[in-house]
Amino acid sequence: MTWKQVFTSSVGKKLVMGFTGIFLVLFLIVHVGLNACIWAAAYDPADQGQMFNKAAHFMGSNVLPRILEIGLFAGFFLHIFQGYLLTLENRKKRSTGYAVAYADGSKWYSRSMAILGTLLLMFLVMHIYHFWTPSRLGGIGTVQPLEEVFYNGVKHHNLYAEMRDVFVGNTLIVALYVLACGSLAYHLLHGFQSAFKTIGIHNKKISGLINSVGVGFSIIVPLLFALMPLSFYFGWIK
Amino acid sequence: MEHYNMNLNLKVWRQQNKNTKGTFKMYRVENISSEMSFLEMFDVLNEQLIKDGENPVAFDHDCREGICGSCSMYINGKPHGPWQANTTCQLHMRAFKDGDTIVVEPWRADAFPVIKDLMVDRSAFDRIIQAGGYISVNTGNAVDGNTLPIEKQKADDAFAAAMCIGCGACVAACKNSSAMLFLSAKVSHLALLPQGAPERTTRVQNMVAQMDKEGFGSCTNTGACEATCPKEISITNIARLNSEYIAASFAD
Repeated sequence: MTWKQVFTSSVGKKLVMGFTGIFLVLFLIVHVGLNACIWAAAYDPADQGQMFNKAAHFMGSNVLPRILEIGLFAGFFLHIFQGYLLTLENRKKRSTGYAVAYADGSKWYSRSMAILGTLLLMFLVMHIYHFWTPSRLGGIGTVQPLEEVFYNGVKHHNLYAEMRDVFVGNTLIVALYVLACGSLAYHLLHGFQSAFKTIGIHNKKISGLINSVGVGFSIIVPLLFALMPLSFYFGWIK
Repeated sequence: MEHYNMNLNLKVWRQQNKNTKGTFKMYRVENISSEMSFLEMFDVLNEQLIKDGENPVAFDHDCREGICGSCSMYINGKPHGPWQANTTCQLHMRAFKDGDTIVVEPWRADAFPVIKDLMVDRSAFDRIIQAGGYISVNTGNAVDGNTLPIEKQKADDAFAAAMCIGCGACVAACKNSSAMLFLSAKVSHLALLPQGAPERTTRVQNMVAQMDKEGFGSCTNTGACEATCPKEISITNIARLNSEYIAASFAD
């Protein structure tokens, strides 16, 4: 069996979804961890987003995260592209549908991964426009550069100020971010454990652990993400 | 449970053959005993249709004991009807009450084309089994059972997978029309046993390739197959199949 045969088979296509899904889960851990630094401002009023800006600066200026960033875009692209491809392919396998749908056997969110994923994709475009574009492409063409601050004489992008600008007073934007976190929670609730099944984990003990960790991850991580815009919006951090 | 009789409205899918378009037709059946099986109720309907000069409803059935995998009706939005771990032939009319309207559809998947009415062509499953090939066991006198030690848990898991009767309810239940639960049961029951080891790699490769050729969809682990399976085949088998396939993909 050639690699082409493997990755064009129905199992192989799912493997791509599973592996990229797990890679994106790892990215979420890094992302939520770094962003959580914004809450340093809640404990130390003098922080003014310094801890978060330094963490973001490390990610932006260090070569390894920059290389991983390319992998991240590739991972997103593969996961999204393959996801749509599989959804369309799978839909074509039943040209005459049922008069009465079978809804009891599976959870709504496990049947709605494409819709939840589409909501996340729409969010991603908005999210990249809010933060990634001004940080990486600021000053190019019409993209406004970010405000800058100096820590120990080193120039840093003030992403903390950018977050404040985006979220404070913008009810619609904050609502969209919170909605996206809800979509992420349900997408993960199915996706987390499903990805490990797809890559072949069938040991009962490990599967049980993965299921539990998956539920915890799906609640905690999106909740933390949702609290970030809310923290600025309600003035918990300034 | 006390015996009772009931009158029912049946909304049944009628289709002349795979090339014509089908449609639902309403029928009324009266004085149906709660002790009848679902298929016996259909026998009553067919007697009535023959008497009225109409074509009887074609449906698959054989053993009527829940072990052959022939019966295949999608009843009120669930393959094999409302009961758990049950085949259509073992569904009894006490599952319904007087005045109910029951919607009966064939398995719907392009890989299972309708032959007539509620009968679908499930020969795709036979071809997947054929693609799996033979197992290399020596013929001759039966060897002593103790020469091949098999862990109890593995023997039990293999036996549980071998319970699959190939009815196709998993495909009918799956939103993707995926045959992965069926395939994984067939691959698992041999992969778990030493007798299945020699062709382990080629078996999974060939069976997956045949499944794709037959036009089944990909698995998204929704669990609908496991929930409807009359033999309660576990979705864990699908994860096992995936690991078998990954291992096979590294082989020459």
